[in-house]
Amino acid sequence: MWWSNLFKNLSPASFFNFSFLPKYGSYFWKGIAYTLLLAVVSVLLAIIPALLLAMMRLSKNKVVKGLSGAYIAVFRSTPLLVQLSIIYFGLFGAVSIPRITVLGFVDISRFIPGVVALALNSSAYVAEIFRGGILAVDIGQTEASRSLGLNAWSTMRLVVLPQAIKNVLPALANEIITMVKESSICSMLGMVELMFAAKTVASTTYISLGPYVVAAVIYFCINYPASKGIEAIERRMRRGDKQ
Amino acid sequence: MNFAVIGQNIVKLWLKYWDKFLITGMEYTLSLAALTVFFGAIIGSMIALMRMSKIPPLRWIAAVYTELIRGTPMLLQLYLFYFALPQLIPFLNRKQYLCVAIALICNSAAYVSEIIRSGIQAVDIGQTEAARSLGMSKSLTMTEIILPQAVKNILPALCNEFIMITKDTSLASTFFIGDLMTQVLLVKGATYLTFEPLVIAAAIYFVVTFILSKLVALLERRMRRGDIR
Repeated sequence: MWWSNLFKNLSPASFFNFSFLPKYGSYFWKGIAYTLLLAVVSVLLAIIPALLLAMMRLSKNKVVKGLSGAYIAVFRSTPLLVQLSIIYFGLFGAVSIPRITVLGFVDISRFIPGVVALALNSSAYVAEIFRGGILAVDIGQTEASRSLGLNAWSTMRLVVLPQAIKNVLPALANEIITMVKESSICSMLGMVELMFAAKTVASTTYISLGPYVVAAVIYFCINYPASKGIEAIERRMRRGDKQ
Repeated sequence: MNFAVIGQNIVKLWLKYWDKFLITGMEYTLSLAALTVFFGAIIGSMIALMRMSKIPPLRWIAAVYTELIRGTPMLLQLYLFYFALPQLIPFLNRKQYLCVAIALICNSAAYVSEIIRSGIQAVDIGQTEAARSLGMSKSLTMTEIILPQAVKNILPALCNEFIMITKDTSLASTFFIGDLMTQVLLVKGATYLTFEPLVIAAAIYFVVTFILSKLVALLERRMRRGDIR
């Protein structure tokens, strides 16, 4: 490769020692795919439970409200690392999943526990996003549709939710970005995502900093354009309001 | 899963190791979080001022710093700082706790700077205009008019940052610095029980952060009370 002569004779501890790239570059590609898969799948899985939790949180029934409040409180006030470990060792210590490799690099016996833990965690956060989105819809909309004779469920489904989606979508996209970052914690439990790739390369090649620098650059190149894009879309969506 | 056995094990572990979890672990976790937020707030406010300054290079440096830190995972930053700092500053060699603390401080400084910046910008522009029209200088406007009002927005968010950092210190256990999650690993190694110490740790984290977040909500309400007249 043309870059293999670019940084020669650098010490293993140098910031710019990227001599591992020609040989171990594929690790990083797989890591990127795994990270993105983990983040997107877990947020998509979280949407339905989160919507349910948000509705429960807004209901009039004290017990239903309390249940959802307790779930959200528990998942928001314990560290993700603890949740992941509990689900990995506790829940999936009892339920065993066969070691099947999907798509060539995803071992589902490790992927499923990770995705379940991330989805449970992010459903608590997404529920709060949904609740905020629903509450942000003007109360007059509900009053008007109720006066027109729609029942509570139809009001929610036909009037409030379609308007709430506009508030919710950018926040949901931001949640995916957060998940891209948070999923790095999964590397501590052996899921082969980007952080794990960096750790593996660092420990096989004895190059202590280069792999982490590469991983940092990749994470930044995923997150920064994505968050700027979301900001632009958010601005674009808000323009529709001012008519 | 045998819940009776797990329950017994949890009780046994708690009776034997409660001081490890509750005293040693929490001491490290909370002191690290307090240290991080304190220095993070100082450095963060400097970055926020840089971000709002009139001199473009200062503004760019601050923007690049915050975007870099906010765009990469904290675990990765911990690794980078942990391996890079002793090289750059020989004094930090084999001082894991300091390296981890510096990594956490640099991380939280970026987030705190955004909190402070948005807190200052949330103060109505009319306040600045009024103060300037009354003949106050720019710095006087900032210290006498804007900051006292911005503190009301900033303080609750800063307390929330403390709660976030309390949870994030669990990542620092990768480097065995003695926090609650490290105690979990130590107890796990001593007893061969993986699940039970985690449940105890989760319970402690939950109680601490839940109480703190309720206190923050109280503070937020107290601060907002002045607004409505």
